[in-house]
Amino acid sequence: MALFFYIQILFHVLGGIAGFLFEQHGEKANRVTHGLAVLAGVAGIVFSLGVLLTGKPWALELEGSFPVGALRLSADPFSAFFLLVISFLSLAASIFAIGYTREYQKRKNIALLGFFYNFFILAMLFVVTVQNAFYFLLFWELMSLASYFLVVFEHEKPEARSAGTLYLIMTHVGTAFITAAFLLLYIHAGSFSFDAFRAAAGTLSPALKNVVFLAVLIGFGTKAGVIPLHIWLPQAHPQAPSHVSALMSGVMIKTAVYGLLVFLFNFLGEMPGWWGHVILAVAILSTLLGILYALMENDLKRLLAFSSIENMGIILLGVGMALVFKTLHQPLYAGFALIAALYHVINHAIFKGLLFLGAGSVLSGTHTRNMEGLGGLIRKMPWTAVFFLVGAMAIAALPPLNGFVSEWLTFIALLLGCEGASPAMRFFSPLLAALLGLAGALAATCFVKAFGISFLGKPRSEHAAHAHEASGSMKTGMGVLAVSCFGLALAAPWIVPVLGKAAKSLSGADIPMTALTQKAFLMSPSGTSQFSPLLIVLVLSVFLLGTVILLRLTFGRKHVRIGPSWDCGMPGLEPRMQYTATGYSKPLRRIFSFLYQPTRRVELDDESHAMLRTAQRFESKITHHVDEWVYKPLSELVADLSRKAKQIQTGHIQLYLSYIFITLILLLLFFGGRS
Amino acid sequence: MSAIIFSVFQLLFLAILAPALSWFIKKMKASSQNRVGPSLVQVYSDLLKLFRKDMVISETASWVFHAMPFVLFASTFAAASMLPVLGVHSLFGFTGDVILFVYLLALGRFFLTLAALDTGTTFGGMGSSREMTLSSLAEPALLLAFFSLSFRAHTLSLEGIVLYFASGSPAQMLFFTSLAFGALLIVTIAESGRIPVDNPATHLELTMVHEATILEYSGRYLALIEWSHQIKQLVFLTLLSDLFFPWRISGSWDLLTFGLSLFLYLAKVFFLAFVIGWIEIHSAKLRLFRVPDLLAVAFVLAILSLLGQLIIGGGA
Repeated sequence: MALFFYIQILFHVLGGIAGFLFEQHGEKANRVTHGLAVLAGVAGIVFSLGVLLTGKPWALELEGSFPVGALRLSADPFSAFFLLVISFLSLAASIFAIGYTREYQKRKNIALLGFFYNFFILAMLFVVTVQNAFYFLLFWELMSLASYFLVVFEHEKPEARSAGTLYLIMTHVGTAFITAAFLLLYIHAGSFSFDAFRAAAGTLSPALKNVVFLAVLIGFGTKAGVIPLHIWLPQAHPQAPSHVSALMSGVMIKTAVYGLLVFLFNFLGEMPGWWGHVILAVAILSTLLGILYALMENDLKRLLAFSSIENMGIILLGVGMALVFKTLHQPLYAGFALIAALYHVINHAIFKGLLFLGAGSVLSGTHTRNMEGLGGLIRKMPWTAVFFLVGAMAIAALPPLNGFVSEWLTFIALLLGCEGASPAMRFFSPLLAALLGLAGALAATCFVKAFGISFLGKPRSEHAAHAHEASGSMKTGMGVLAVSCFGLALAAPWIVPVLGKAAKSLSGADIPMTALTQKAFLMSPSGTSQFSPLLIVLVLSVFLLGTVILLRLTFGRKHVRIGPSWDCGMPGLEPRMQYTATGYSKPLRRIFSFLYQPTRRVELDDESHAMLRTAQRFESKITHHVDEWVYKPLSELVADLSRKAKQIQTGHIQLYLSYIFITLILLLLFFGGRS
Repeated sequence: MSAIIFSVFQLLFLAILAPALSWFIKKMKASSQNRVGPSLVQVYSDLLKLFRKDMVISETASWVFHAMPFVLFASTFAAASMLPVLGVHSLFGFTGDVILFVYLLALGRFFLTLAALDTGTTFGGMGSSREMTLSSLAEPALLLAFFSLSFRAHTLSLEGIVLYFASGSPAQMLFFTSLAFGALLIVTIAESGRIPVDNPATHLELTMVHEATILEYSGRYLALIEWSHQIKQLVFLTLLSDLFFPWRISGSWDLLTFGLSLFLYLAKVFFLAFVIGWIEIHSAKLRLFRVPDLLAVAFVLAILSLLGQLIIGGGA
């Protein structure tokens, strides 16, 4: 089995390098680099499924000459679960990339793209398997840097550069906090190895635990893009090539969930009750604000990026409930909540990956991401439309797709709070569940808008009118994910026990699976509810087919006349008369105006003709409060300090030499006096 | 076996009864305006006529437009099949719970609002945007009302909740469950597109919500949509009657008990339709941006219901 993992690593390394052999031939480089990534993905799926299904962990230890301990790689079912998610999505994204990167071939170096792409995946694979803090940080940094170069791949665009810089700054702030957390544990445990951290978990002092918890929350929270640490995410994710956006939103931010879970369940031992509450608070904030901001976006990829923030919130709702139950010593409920979180991890990876690939397909077919210029694509790009619709339905948590399954699990996990937790939790957990319902309904609105405005109606621009369908490999990449959206829903009662293994290998607590699944049913562990995705599909399809057939039998063939849409008797419906993306979300912008604080500016031309004025410019903006209140003052402060520091930097080399001289004298005086 | 036949029967009964409830409210409104109003046969023959008619479909429409009536009907019917109507059992109640019930309705709405955008008209976009906005706000209130009831009944299954309220004596909690009733009533009005949230009789662009989404439909598709809409309305009325007036005879199915429960059911849903109609007659349609306030009231009522049960009921 381990062989497949080595093959996966080898192919990614080869795929990263081999592209340079064909640097002059874009198409060959593309095929080699992405083709090897596809094969690596297949090998990775075999390996991780093997570990997950057999439950046999795998480990490898390489003694190095570094004084930080051995490089130990291991894959228990928990790691293997993340390996599976990464491998599966990278498989689909790599297939997609073969067709998608063709348009870059004329102007960009595909070998370079393939290099960063392969090493980005490779770094993620190592992050979730490595068992040593030093190497973890090394691969974490490699992952961040590789993805940075992918974000700024189109560096000729200023917005890509500025998004890249912001990403680089934020990710390093996060890494600083993670490093601090690891160093605190290192001081306590005396070793960088994860096993030592685990062994020393019981003897951590409460104060140190709290400090480490907060550092970890900020550190991994930055990578996960939870509000208020999210500002880089909606900037950086859309700038990367779409198959990379899919990986960044689909799996890279999930490595933060991995890190967070490992810390919370393995390194910190017994925990105070407020940790779970803090995570729940952060989670619900991200869930609601994420989707509310997504609703206001008209840029297809930015909309998807904001919705990733929402979905990270949903995952963290499960994590938070798992912590709450862990502190209450209810391993069954904690395990269930953890399974809900893990299920949403894989579901979000699949449908968000699918949606980003769909957006990429739209981008390559129309050369625009702005929904105001799209419309009517369902005719020009029928396959992309079907795949995007499947993704949209999944993310809107509609039955019978996979998004509903994990949302249902999260609902039940939250409602378990009514059963045994504290009185406050009894009240807040149904409330949180209702707010999750609000987020789900808003997500449905958001994706009706995203799909409806982009794919339905009439084309709003020349670009959209002359769109072309995605190539075969792009369709295959999307198709794999779309089918998985159905598969992950129908097979849910058989997937939950597998996730139970992963959860067990993380938390160590035994989860009796008979309490969670029975035959084709998912069960609530408190016995309050059951649900069968398979039967729902059956019921829905029987009713659907029944309606079609009965109508046909009773009333015969339908007679249809095709005519123009109703234009109120005034001939000529223009595409411009359709609802715009901005207009679609206007009612919600108004209802939630206390949050958005929308501003708009209308500039008119010729002031003299009061009756014939036409608006020449219209600008409508919403306020992102976190940016305004936290990051703007912060960046101004940094700029201010730099300006102050500039006063002693004149540019004269003599002056700098004298600074050095004075510093030297002062140091000599200070330390010379001591010894 | 007889239980299954009975469940199928009650589902079909609900579907066939649904237009009659719409007729009842129409008739009430007509008589309040000194009009005669339609006869009961009229609503059924209207549906039948629509089913037989040819369709005119927009040249802009794609397959989404053709699929929508069927998806809407199937998902509404599936939601209805989870609901106990005459007895305490339903046909497919065992397949899921209240969360599934809510999301099945969301599935139909998702396609309804997509199809509205499909024809590329302003009205469609307007209806789609408004329908999604309002239902986004109604859904959490609906869910929370359910959660507050399931908190008492210790189950999320619709059947289970109905059974709990039918068999137990929750009289001591009547005040707090009635708050949940208020929440559900408001959601019912919003979901079935009634005044003061939406005016089912209007074709004025300023006030249309639901009607605007289906403006381009005709013939058989329109009949299916109208029918699903009526079924959805009756589903909500049945839900209210199931949960809050659970007096009925359940279990055995001899002719007497069956007749009695049928009579009680009809009495309850027509009474609730009377309440809805009464509200419709006595109130004006709210301005679109006042509706969120009404839905917020529903949400607060659901919160109060939950809170009250926690404090007074001790959460037992």
